[in-house]
Amino acid sequence: MAIINKGFRRKHVVEASADRVPPGQYVTADFPVLSAGPTPRIGTDEWRLTVTDQRGGKRVWDWEELRGIPSEQVTVDIHCVTKWSKLDTVWEGVSIDTLLTDIEDPGSHVLVRSYGGYTTNLPTNDVTGGRAWIAFGYDGADLAPEHGGPARLLVPHLYFWKSAKWVNGLEFADHDRTGFWESYGYHNYGDPWLEQRYTGD
Amino acid sequence: MSDDRQLDGNSLGGLLLEIFGSDMTTQLGSCNHCLAVVPFAEVVVYRDAPGVVVRCPACSTVLIVITEMESSYRVTFEGLRWIQPTK
Amino acid sequence: MAGAALHRRLTWATAEAIELIDESPRVRSVVLSSPGWPGHLPGQHVDIRLTAEDGYQAQRSYSIATPEEGDLLTITVEVIEDGEVSPYLFEYLAVGDQIELRGPIGGYFVWDAAREGPIQLIGGGSGVVPLMAMLRARTRTGGNTPFRYLSSARSHEDLLFANELEVVGQQGDVTITHALTRSHPDDWNGPTRRIDRPMLEQYTWPSTERPLTYVCGPTGFVENIATTLVEIGHEADRIRTERFGPTGK
Repeated sequence: MAIINKGFRRKHVVEASADRVPPGQYVTADFPVLSAGPTPRIGTDEWRLTVTDQRGGKRVWDWEELRGIPSEQVTVDIHCVTKWSKLDTVWEGVSIDTLLTDIEDPGSHVLVRSYGGYTTNLPTNDVTGGRAWIAFGYDGADLAPEHGGPARLLVPHLYFWKSAKWVNGLEFADHDRTGFWESYGYHNYGDPWLEQRYTGD
Repeated sequence: MSDDRQLDGNSLGGLLLEIFGSDMTTQLGSCNHCLAVVPFAEVVVYRDAPGVVVRCPACSTVLIVITEMESSYRVTFEGLRWIQPTK
Repeated sequence: MAGAALHRRLTWATAEAIELIDESPRVRSVVLSSPGWPGHLPGQHVDIRLTAEDGYQAQRSYSIATPEEGDLLTITVEVIEDGEVSPYLFEYLAVGDQIELRGPIGGYFVWDAAREGPIQLIGGGSGVVPLMAMLRARTRTGGNTPFRYLSSARSHEDLLFANELEVVGQQGDVTITHALTRSHPDDWNGPTRRIDRPMLEQYTWPSTERPLTYVCGPTGFVENIATTLVEIGHEADRIRTERFGPTGK
Protein backbone atom coordinates (compact mmCIF):
# COMPACT_ATOMS: atom_id res chain seq x y z
CA MET A 1 0.00 0.00 0.00
CA ALA A 2 1.57 3.24 -1.12
CA ILE A 3 2.25 6.04 1.31
CA ILE A 4 0.34 9.21 0.46
CA ASN A 5 2.60 12.25 0.46
CA LYS A 6 0.46 15.19 1.52
CA GLY A 7 1.15 18.30 -0.47
CA PHE A 8 2.50 16.42 -3.47
CA ARG A 9 0.46 16.82 -6.63
CA ARG A 10 0.81 16.81 -10.37
CA LYS A 11 1.87 20.24 -11.54
CA HIS A 12 0.65 22.48 -14.35
CA VAL A 13 -2.87 21.07 -14.46
CA VAL A 14 -5.63 23.32 -15.70
CA GLU A 15 -9.38 22.90 -15.44
CA ALA A 16 -11.37 21.94 -18.52
CA SER A 17 -14.82 20.66 -19.31
CA ALA A 18 -15.01 16.90 -19.32
CA ASP A 19 -16.32 16.62 -22.87
CA ARG A 20 -13.02 17.94 -24.17
CA VAL A 21 -10.83 15.58 -22.19
CA PRO A 22 -10.39 12.01 -23.41
CA PRO A 23 -10.36 9.25 -20.80
CA GLY A 24 -7.25 9.12 -18.62
CA GLN A 25 -5.97 12.52 -19.72
CA TYR A 26 -5.32 15.73 -17.80
CA VAL A 27 -5.17 19.19 -19.32
CA THR A 28 -2.00 21.23 -19.12
CA ALA A 29 -1.05 24.76 -20.03
CA ASP A 30 2.50 23.57 -20.76
CA PHE A 31 3.74 22.18 -24.02
CA PRO A 32 5.95 19.29 -22.88
CA VAL A 33 8.76 18.25 -25.17
CA LEU A 34 9.08 14.52 -25.68
CA SER A 35 12.07 13.16 -27.58
CA ALA A 36 13.19 9.74 -28.63
CA GLY A 37 16.50 11.05 -29.84
CA PRO A 38 18.57 14.13 -30.56
CA THR A 39 16.74 17.12 -32.05
CA PRO A 40 17.51 17.33 -35.76
CA ARG A 41 18.68 20.76 -36.88
CA ILE A 42 17.42 21.17 -40.45
CA GLY A 43 17.74 24.47 -42.25
CA THR A 44 14.90 25.51 -44.53
CA ASP A 45 17.34 25.61 -47.43
CA GLU A 46 17.97 21.86 -47.15
CA TRP A 47 14.43 20.89 -46.09
CA ARG A 48 12.52 18.58 -48.41
CA LEU A 49 9.22 16.76 -48.19
CA THR A 50 8.87 13.70 -50.41
CA VAL A 51 5.43 12.24 -51.06
CA THR A 52 5.53 8.78 -52.62
CA ASP A 53 2.41 7.12 -53.97
CA GLN A 54 1.72 3.40 -53.95
CA ARG A 55 3.21 2.97 -57.40
CA GLY A 56 6.46 4.57 -56.32
CA GLY A 57 5.81 7.91 -57.99
CA LYS A 58 7.55 10.70 -56.08
CA ARG A 59 6.81 14.38 -55.66
CA VAL A 60 9.23 16.54 -53.75
CA TRP A 61 8.58 19.97 -52.21
CA ASP A 62 11.30 22.27 -51.00
CA TRP A 63 10.65 24.96 -48.41
CA GLU A 64 9.80 27.70 -50.88
CA GLU A 65 7.36 25.45 -52.68
CA LEU A 66 5.71 24.39 -49.45
CA ARG A 67 5.29 27.97 -48.33
CA GLY A 68 3.89 28.83 -51.76
CA ILE A 69 0.94 26.51 -51.20
CA PRO A 70 -2.12 28.12 -49.59
CA SER A 71 -1.94 27.39 -45.89
CA GLU A 72 -4.51 27.63 -43.17
CA GLN A 73 -4.65 28.38 -39.49
CA VAL A 74 -6.32 25.75 -37.36
CA THR A 75 -7.18 25.59 -33.67
CA VAL A 76 -7.18 22.06 -32.32
CA ASP A 77 -6.89 20.05 -29.13
CA ILE A 78 -3.94 17.68 -28.87
CA HIS A 79 -3.63 14.56 -26.73
CA CYS A 80 -0.38 12.85 -25.82
CA VAL A 81 -0.29 9.20 -24.85
CA THR A 82 1.71 10.21 -21.76
CA LYS A 83 -1.60 11.61 -20.51
CA TRP A 84 -1.36 15.34 -21.07
CA SER A 85 -3.82 17.15 -23.30
CA LYS A 86 -3.53 20.71 -24.49
CA LEU A 87 -6.61 22.52 -25.69
CA ASP A 88 -7.06 25.20 -28.32
CA THR A 89 -3.60 24.99 -29.81
CA VAL A 90 -3.16 27.20 -32.83
CA TRP A 91 -1.18 25.99 -35.83
CA GLU A 92 -0.45 27.12 -39.33
CA GLY A 93 0.09 24.58 -42.05
CA VAL A 94 -0.75 23.07 -45.36
CA SER A 95 -3.50 20.48 -45.52
CA ILE A 96 -2.36 17.04 -46.66
CA ASP A 97 -5.37 17.08 -48.99
CA THR A 98 -3.68 19.92 -50.86
CA LEU A 99 -0.45 17.95 -51.23
CA LEU A 100 -2.40 15.00 -52.62
CA THR A 101 -4.37 17.06 -55.14
CA ASP A 102 -2.60 15.57 -58.14
CA ILE A 103 -2.41 12.05 -56.75
CA GLU A 104 -5.58 10.18 -57.60
CA ASP A 105 -5.17 7.01 -55.61
CA PRO A 106 -2.24 7.31 -53.24
CA GLY A 107 -2.78 4.01 -51.45
CA SER A 108 -4.64 2.85 -48.36
CA HIS A 109 -1.93 3.53 -45.78
CA VAL A 110 0.94 5.90 -45.20
CA LEU A 111 4.26 5.50 -43.44
CA VAL A 112 5.43 8.90 -42.23
CA ARG A 113 9.18 9.50 -42.11
CA SER A 114 11.13 12.13 -40.23
CA TYR A 115 14.61 13.57 -40.20
CA GLY A 116 16.46 11.61 -37.53
CA GLY A 117 14.78 8.30 -38.42
CA TYR A 118 11.45 8.48 -36.59
CA THR A 119 8.47 6.86 -38.28
CA THR A 120 4.77 6.45 -37.65
CA ASN A 121 1.94 4.87 -39.64
CA LEU A 122 -1.66 5.82 -40.38
CA PRO A 123 -4.54 4.86 -42.66
CA THR A 124 -4.73 7.32 -45.58
CA ASN A 125 -8.28 8.20 -44.48
CA ASP A 126 -6.84 9.66 -41.29
CA VAL A 127 -4.58 12.13 -43.06
CA THR A 128 -7.18 13.29 -45.57
CA GLY A 129 -10.61 14.88 -45.45
CA GLY A 130 -9.27 17.93 -43.66
CA ARG A 131 -7.87 15.95 -40.74
CA ALA A 132 -4.13 16.45 -41.15
CA TRP A 133 -1.58 19.13 -42.01
CA ILE A 134 2.10 19.73 -42.54
CA ALA A 135 2.43 22.38 -39.83
CA PHE A 136 5.19 24.99 -39.77
CA GLY A 137 3.72 27.54 -37.41
CA TYR A 138 2.65 27.21 -33.81
CA ASP A 139 1.02 29.86 -31.67
CA GLY A 140 1.77 32.62 -34.13
CA ALA A 141 5.47 31.89 -34.57
CA ASP A 142 7.70 29.55 -36.53
CA LEU A 143 7.56 26.03 -35.19
CA ALA A 144 10.55 25.57 -32.86
CA PRO A 145 12.96 22.68 -33.50
CA GLU A 146 12.16 20.97 -30.19
CA HIS A 147 8.50 20.89 -31.22
CA GLY A 148 9.28 19.53 -34.66
CA GLY A 149 10.33 22.54 -36.69
CA PRO A 150 10.87 23.40 -39.53
CA ALA A 151 7.71 21.32 -40.10
CA ARG A 152 5.84 18.47 -38.50
CA LEU A 153 2.82 16.38 -39.29
CA LEU A 154 -0.27 17.43 -37.37
CA VAL A 155 -3.02 14.82 -36.91
CA PRO A 156 -4.87 15.98 -33.80
CA HIS A 157 -7.63 13.39 -33.76
CA LEU A 158 -5.09 10.67 -32.86
CA TYR A 159 -2.54 10.49 -30.03
CA PHE A 160 0.17 13.00 -30.66
CA TRP A 161 2.93 10.48 -31.34
CA LYS A 162 1.28 10.16 -34.75
CA SER A 163 1.99 13.85 -35.42
CA ALA A 164 5.55 13.14 -36.44
CA LYS A 165 8.04 15.90 -35.76
CA TRP A 166 10.60 16.87 -38.41
CA VAL A 167 8.53 15.22 -41.12
CA ASN A 168 10.31 14.68 -44.42
CA GLY A 169 8.38 11.92 -46.15
CA LEU A 170 4.93 10.46 -46.66
CA GLU A 171 5.17 7.00 -48.20
CA PHE A 172 1.81 5.72 -49.32
CA ALA A 173 1.25 2.03 -50.01
CA ASP A 174 -1.55 -0.49 -50.35
CA HIS A 175 -0.64 -2.06 -47.03
CA ASP A 176 0.17 -0.96 -43.52
CA ARG A 177 3.67 -0.91 -42.06
CA THR A 178 4.33 -0.23 -38.38
CA GLY A 179 6.24 2.83 -37.28
CA PHE A 180 8.55 3.46 -34.33
CA TRP A 181 6.27 3.49 -31.29
CA GLU A 182 3.80 1.12 -32.92
CA SER A 183 6.53 -1.50 -33.13
CA TYR A 184 7.51 -1.02 -29.51
CA GLY A 185 4.12 -1.77 -28.02
CA TYR A 186 1.98 1.26 -28.76
CA HIS A 187 -1.38 0.92 -30.45
CA ASN A 188 -1.41 0.74 -34.23
CA TYR A 189 -4.24 3.30 -34.57
CA GLY A 190 -4.22 5.39 -31.38
CA ASP A 191 -7.67 6.93 -30.87
CA PRO A 192 -7.55 8.90 -27.60
CA TRP A 193 -11.34 8.74 -27.18
CA LEU A 194 -11.15 4.93 -27.13
CA GLU A 195 -7.99 5.13 -25.03
CA GLN A 196 -6.01 3.09 -27.55
CA ARG A 197 -2.61 3.55 -25.98
CA TYR A 198 -1.01 0.11 -26.23
CA THR A 199 -1.15 -2.86 -28.55
CA GLY A 200 -4.23 -4.84 -27.71
CA ASP A 201 -6.17 -1.97 -26.15
CA MET B 1 26.79 18.11 -29.39
CA SER B 2 24.71 16.82 -26.55
CA ASP B 3 21.26 17.83 -25.57
CA ASP B 4 21.01 18.52 -21.87
CA ARG B 5 17.81 16.50 -21.75
CA GLN B 6 19.83 13.38 -22.35
CA LEU B 7 20.74 11.17 -19.43
CA ASP B 8 23.00 8.14 -19.29
CA GLY B 9 22.59 4.49 -18.40
CA ASN B 10 23.07 5.21 -14.69
CA SER B 11 19.58 6.71 -14.70
CA LEU B 12 18.06 3.39 -15.75
CA GLY B 13 19.55 1.45 -12.88
CA GLY B 14 16.34 1.30 -10.86
CA LEU B 15 14.10 0.39 -13.81
CA LEU B 16 16.48 -2.34 -14.96
CA LEU B 17 16.82 -3.64 -11.41
CA GLU B 18 13.05 -3.98 -11.39
CA ILE B 19 12.84 -5.66 -14.80
CA PHE B 20 15.92 -7.88 -14.74
CA GLY B 21 16.59 -8.22 -11.05
CA SER B 22 20.19 -7.11 -11.32
CA ASP B 23 22.31 -4.05 -11.85
CA MET B 24 22.84 -3.70 -15.57
CA THR B 25 24.91 -0.56 -15.37
CA THR B 26 28.11 -2.52 -14.91
CA GLN B 27 27.54 -4.56 -18.08
CA LEU B 28 29.39 -3.87 -21.31
CA GLY B 29 27.30 -3.67 -24.45
CA SER B 30 28.02 -3.60 -28.14
CA CYS B 31 26.17 -1.61 -30.77
CA ASN B 32 24.96 -3.65 -33.72
CA HIS B 33 25.44 -0.73 -36.07
CA CYS B 34 28.87 0.70 -35.32
CA LEU B 35 30.18 -2.14 -33.14
CA ALA B 36 31.29 0.27 -30.40
CA VAL B 37 31.66 -1.38 -27.00
CA VAL B 38 30.50 0.77 -24.11
CA PRO B 39 29.76 0.34 -20.44
CA PHE B 40 25.99 0.32 -20.14
CA ALA B 41 26.24 3.26 -17.76
CA GLU B 42 27.51 5.36 -20.69
CA VAL B 43 24.64 4.81 -23.11
CA VAL B 44 22.53 7.82 -24.06
CA VAL B 45 19.08 7.71 -22.51
CA TYR B 46 15.96 9.63 -23.50
CA ARG B 47 13.31 9.35 -20.82
CA ASP B 48 10.93 12.11 -21.92
CA ALA B 49 9.33 10.01 -24.60
CA PRO B 50 6.33 7.68 -24.52
CA GLY B 51 8.95 5.07 -23.67
CA VAL B 52 12.59 4.95 -22.69
CA VAL B 53 14.91 5.08 -25.67
CA VAL B 54 18.52 3.96 -25.24
CA ARG B 55 20.99 5.01 -27.95
CA CYS B 56 24.60 4.26 -28.72
CA PRO B 57 26.84 7.12 -27.52
CA ALA B 58 29.04 6.72 -30.58
CA CYS B 59 26.53 6.59 -33.45
CA SER B 60 23.12 7.31 -31.89
CA THR B 61 21.57 4.07 -33.15
CA VAL B 62 18.66 2.88 -31.03
CA LEU B 63 19.92 0.04 -28.82
CA ILE B 64 16.96 -0.65 -26.54
CA VAL B 65 13.42 0.67 -26.13
CA ILE B 66 11.49 0.12 -22.92
CA THR B 67 7.76 0.69 -23.00
CA GLU B 68 5.67 0.60 -19.87
CA MET B 69 2.30 -0.81 -20.74
CA GLU B 70 -0.72 -1.37 -18.51
CA SER B 71 0.63 -4.19 -16.46
CA SER B 72 4.05 -5.00 -17.79
CA TYR B 73 7.11 -3.66 -19.50
CA ARG B 74 8.15 -4.49 -23.02
CA VAL B 75 11.89 -4.37 -23.63
CA THR B 76 12.90 -4.34 -27.29
CA PHE B 77 16.55 -5.05 -28.01
CA GLU B 78 16.60 -3.11 -31.24
CA GLY B 79 20.28 -2.56 -31.89
CA LEU B 80 22.16 -4.18 -29.04
CA ARG B 81 24.50 -6.82 -30.36
CA TRP B 82 25.63 -8.31 -27.07
CA ILE B 83 26.05 -7.57 -23.41
CA GLN B 84 28.39 -9.12 -20.90
CA PRO B 85 29.47 -8.29 -17.38
CA THR B 86 32.58 -6.12 -17.07
CA LYS B 87 35.66 -8.15 -16.21
CA MET C 1 28.24 -6.25 3.72
CA ALA C 2 29.23 -3.91 0.93
CA GLY C 3 28.74 -6.76 -1.54
CA ALA C 4 25.12 -6.97 -0.50
CA ALA C 5 24.71 -3.41 -1.68
CA LEU C 6 25.08 -4.53 -5.30
CA HIS C 7 22.21 -6.96 -5.02
CA ARG C 8 18.57 -6.29 -5.31
CA ARG C 9 16.22 -4.35 -3.21
CA LEU C 10 13.51 -4.90 -5.75
CA THR C 11 10.44 -3.68 -4.03
CA TRP C 12 9.67 -0.22 -2.89
CA ALA C 13 10.66 0.14 0.74
CA THR C 14 9.58 2.82 3.18
CA ALA C 15 11.87 5.29 4.86
CA GLU C 16 11.25 7.88 7.51
CA ALA C 17 12.68 11.39 7.32
CA ILE C 18 14.50 11.84 10.58
CA GLU C 19 16.35 15.08 9.95
CA LEU C 20 16.23 17.95 7.48
CA ILE C 21 19.32 20.08 6.90
CA ASP C 22 19.35 23.25 4.83
CA GLU C 23 22.67 23.22 2.99
CA SER C 24 22.09 26.36 0.90
CA PRO C 25 19.13 28.49 -0.23
CA ARG C 26 18.15 25.90 -2.81
CA VAL C 27 19.58 22.71 -1.41
CA ARG C 28 18.36 20.54 1.45
CA SER C 29 19.63 17.27 2.83
CA VAL C 30 17.13 14.71 4.02
CA VAL C 31 18.36 12.07 6.45
CA LEU C 32 16.33 8.92 5.93
CA SER C 33 16.05 5.82 8.04
CA SER C 34 14.99 2.72 6.16
CA PRO C 35 14.52 -0.36 8.33
CA GLY C 36 16.58 -3.26 7.04
CA TRP C 37 18.59 -1.11 4.66
CA PRO C 38 21.16 -3.47 3.08
CA GLY C 39 23.90 -0.89 3.01
CA HIS C 40 25.31 0.94 0.03
CA LEU C 41 28.53 1.96 -1.69
CA PRO C 42 29.64 5.58 -2.11
CA GLY C 43 28.25 6.84 -5.41
CA GLN C 44 25.08 4.78 -5.47
CA HIS C 45 21.64 6.36 -5.63
CA VAL C 46 18.05 5.69 -4.63
CA ASP C 47 14.81 6.19 -6.49
CA ILE C 48 12.23 8.13 -4.48
CA ARG C 49 8.55 7.67 -5.30
CA LEU C 50 5.82 10.06 -4.25
CA THR C 51 2.09 9.40 -4.39
CA ALA C 52 -0.53 12.16 -4.46
CA GLU C 53 -3.97 11.89 -2.91
CA ASP C 54 -5.48 11.24 -6.33
CA GLY C 55 -3.09 8.38 -6.95
CA TYR C 56 -0.72 10.24 -9.25
CA GLN C 57 2.86 9.04 -8.78
CA ALA C 58 6.24 10.44 -9.72
CA GLN C 59 9.73 9.06 -9.26
CA ARG C 60 13.13 10.70 -9.17
CA SER C 61 16.63 9.44 -8.54
CA TYR C 62 18.83 11.02 -5.88
CA SER C 63 22.44 10.21 -5.10
CA ILE C 64 23.21 9.15 -1.55
CA ALA C 65 25.43 11.78 0.05
CA THR C 66 26.71 9.74 2.96
CA PRO C 67 28.67 6.53 3.39
CA GLU C 68 27.00 3.45 4.75
CA GLU C 69 25.66 3.74 8.27
CA GLY C 70 23.23 1.04 9.32
CA ASP C 71 19.68 2.01 8.33
CA LEU C 72 20.60 5.60 7.58
CA LEU C 73 21.16 7.30 4.26
CA THR C 74 21.10 10.97 3.36
CA ILE C 75 20.01 12.46 0.06
CA THR C 76 20.88 16.03 -0.83
CA VAL C 77 18.28 17.63 -3.04
CA GLU C 78 18.40 20.77 -5.14
CA VAL C 79 14.98 22.36 -5.57
CA ILE C 80 13.95 22.73 -9.20
CA GLU C 81 11.56 25.65 -9.57
CA ASP C 82 9.24 24.00 -11.98
CA GLY C 83 9.67 20.56 -10.53
CA GLU C 84 7.19 18.24 -8.92
CA VAL C 85 9.23 16.12 -6.56
CA SER C 86 11.91 18.49 -5.27
CA PRO C 87 9.42 21.20 -4.23
CA TYR C 88 7.60 18.57 -2.18
CA LEU C 89 10.84 17.57 -0.46
CA PHE C 90 11.52 21.24 0.24
CA GLU C 91 8.15 22.59 1.25
CA TYR C 92 6.09 19.72 2.59
CA LEU C 93 8.24 16.85 3.81
CA ALA C 94 8.51 17.03 7.59
CA VAL C 95 10.49 15.09 10.16
CA GLY C 96 8.58 11.90 10.88
CA ASP C 97 7.03 11.67 7.38
CA GLN C 98 7.41 8.50 5.37
CA ILE C 99 8.44 8.21 1.75
CA GLU C 100 8.98 5.28 -0.57
CA LEU C 101 12.37 4.46 -1.93
CA ARG C 102 14.07 1.80 -4.02
CA GLY C 103 17.74 1.00 -3.89
CA PRO C 104 20.63 1.15 -3.57
CA ILE C 105 21.19 1.40 -7.30
CA GLY C 106 24.28 1.58 -9.44
CA GLY C 107 27.46 -0.42 -9.64
CA TYR C 108 29.32 1.73 -12.13
CA PHE C 109 29.65 5.15 -10.58
CA VAL C 110 30.93 3.86 -7.25
CA TRP C 111 34.16 4.10 -5.32
CA ASP C 112 35.44 1.98 -2.51
CA ALA C 113 38.82 1.87 -0.88
CA ALA C 114 39.76 -1.24 -2.86
CA ARG C 115 39.89 0.82 -6.06
CA GLU C 116 43.31 2.01 -6.95
CA GLY C 117 43.91 5.74 -7.01
CA PRO C 118 44.81 8.41 -7.23
CA ILE C 119 41.19 9.53 -7.37
CA GLN C 120 39.91 12.64 -9.15
CA LEU C 121 36.44 13.94 -8.38
CA ILE C 122 34.85 16.62 -10.59
CA GLY C 123 31.33 17.84 -9.89
CA GLY C 124 29.02 20.57 -11.13
CA GLY C 125 26.08 21.86 -9.09
CA SER C 126 24.37 18.99 -7.30
CA GLY C 127 26.69 16.59 -9.13
CA VAL C 128 28.96 16.91 -6.12
CA VAL C 129 26.58 14.82 -4.00
CA PRO C 130 27.78 11.32 -4.94
CA LEU C 131 31.36 12.61 -4.87
CA MET C 132 30.77 13.78 -1.33
CA ALA C 133 29.74 10.27 -0.35
CA MET C 134 33.08 9.06 -1.70
CA LEU C 135 35.06 11.70 0.18
CA ARG C 136 33.14 11.12 3.39
CA ALA C 137 33.79 7.39 3.09
CA ARG C 138 37.49 8.02 2.68
CA THR C 139 37.56 10.30 5.70
CA ARG C 140 35.69 7.82 7.86
CA THR C 141 37.79 4.80 7.01
CA GLY C 142 40.95 6.84 7.34
CA GLY C 143 42.23 5.55 4.02
CA ASN C 144 45.22 7.09 2.39
CA THR C 145 44.24 7.01 -1.28
CA PRO C 146 45.17 10.44 -2.65
CA PHE C 147 42.12 12.46 -3.72
CA ARG C 148 41.65 15.68 -5.64
CA TYR C 149 38.25 17.33 -5.73
CA LEU C 150 37.21 20.06 -8.16
CA SER C 151 33.72 21.51 -8.01
CA SER C 152 31.89 24.13 -10.00
CA ALA C 153 29.19 26.34 -8.46
CA ARG C 154 27.55 29.59 -9.48
CA SER C 155 28.46 31.51 -6.34
CA HIS C 156 29.81 30.99 -2.86
CA GLU C 157 26.22 30.80 -1.63
CA ASP C 158 25.59 27.84 -3.94
CA LEU C 159 28.73 25.99 -2.90
CA LEU C 160 27.78 22.79 -1.14
CA PHE C 161 29.53 21.41 1.94
CA ALA C 162 32.07 24.26 1.88
CA ASN C 163 32.92 24.18 5.58
CA GLU C 164 33.15 20.42 5.74
CA LEU C 165 35.35 20.35 2.66
CA GLU C 166 37.67 22.92 4.14
CA VAL C 167 38.29 20.56 7.05
CA VAL C 168 38.59 17.54 4.75
CA GLY C 169 41.08 19.46 2.66
CA GLN C 170 43.38 19.59 5.63
CA GLN C 171 43.82 15.84 5.58
CA GLY C 172 46.99 14.66 4.01
CA ASP C 173 46.59 13.74 0.37
CA VAL C 174 43.27 15.51 -0.21
CA THR C 175 43.16 18.69 -2.31
CA ILE C 176 39.92 20.66 -2.61
CA THR C 177 39.31 23.29 -5.30
CA HIS C 178 36.09 25.18 -6.03
CA ALA C 179 35.45 27.17 -9.20
CA LEU C 180 32.84 29.91 -8.77
CA THR C 181 31.44 30.71 -12.17
CA ARG C 182 29.11 33.71 -11.82
CA SER C 183 30.06 35.61 -8.73
CA HIS C 184 32.62 35.34 -5.95
CA PRO C 185 33.57 37.06 -2.71
CA ASP C 186 36.28 39.73 -2.92
CA ASP C 187 38.74 37.62 -0.99
CA TRP C 188 38.21 34.51 -3.08
CA ASN C 189 41.46 33.02 -4.25
CA GLY C 190 40.12 30.02 -6.15
CA PRO C 191 39.22 29.94 -9.86
CA THR C 192 36.43 32.24 -10.99
CA ARG C 193 35.23 30.86 -14.30
CA ARG C 194 33.70 27.68 -15.70
CA ILE C 195 35.92 24.63 -15.67
CA ASP C 196 38.00 24.59 -18.83
CA ARG C 197 41.09 22.86 -20.14
CA PRO C 198 43.66 25.09 -18.42
CA MET C 199 41.82 24.67 -15.13
CA LEU C 200 41.81 20.91 -15.48
CA GLU C 201 45.51 20.98 -16.30
CA GLN C 202 46.21 23.13 -13.30
CA TYR C 203 44.10 21.55 -10.57
CA THR C 204 43.54 17.90 -11.45
CA TRP C 205 45.81 14.86 -11.45
CA PRO C 206 47.95 14.86 -14.58
CA SER C 207 47.25 12.05 -17.00
CA THR C 208 50.66 10.55 -16.25
CA GLU C 209 49.31 9.64 -12.80
CA ARG C 210 46.52 7.60 -14.42
CA PRO C 211 43.88 8.72 -11.94
CA LEU C 212 40.48 7.11 -11.68
CA THR C 213 38.20 10.06 -12.38
CA TYR C 214 34.53 10.54 -11.48
CA VAL C 215 32.64 13.36 -13.23
CA CYS C 216 29.07 14.18 -12.24
CA GLY C 217 26.63 17.00 -12.90
CA PRO C 218 24.44 18.40 -15.68
CA THR C 219 24.75 16.52 -18.96
CA GLY C 220 26.47 19.32 -20.86
CA PHE C 221 28.96 19.85 -18.04
CA VAL C 222 29.86 16.16 -17.88
CA GLU C 223 30.25 15.77 -21.64
CA ASN C 224 32.44 18.83 -21.87
CA ILE C 225 34.75 17.77 -19.03
CA ALA C 226 35.02 14.15 -20.12
CA THR C 227 35.92 15.21 -23.65
CA THR C 228 38.52 17.68 -22.40
CA LEU C 229 40.09 15.11 -20.09
CA VAL C 230 40.55 12.77 -23.03
CA GLU C 231 42.02 15.65 -25.05
CA ILE C 232 44.67 16.22 -22.40
CA GLY C 233 45.67 12.59 -22.40
CA HIS C 234 43.47 10.75 -19.91
CA GLU C 235 42.33 7.26 -20.84
CA ALA C 236 38.60 7.13 -21.55
CA ASP C 237 38.09 3.98 -19.53
CA ARG C 238 39.60 5.59 -16.44
CA ILE C 239 36.84 8.22 -16.54
CA ARG C 240 33.47 7.41 -14.99
CA THR C 241 30.55 9.71 -15.61
CA GLU C 242 27.08 10.29 -14.29
CA ARG C 243 24.77 12.76 -16.04
CA PHE C 244 22.01 14.48 -14.15
CA GLY C 245 20.09 15.99 -17.07
CA PRO C 246 19.52 19.70 -17.66
CA THR C 247 19.48 21.16 -14.20
CA GLY C 248 21.31 18.57 -12.18
CA LYS C 249 18.18 16.57 -11.26
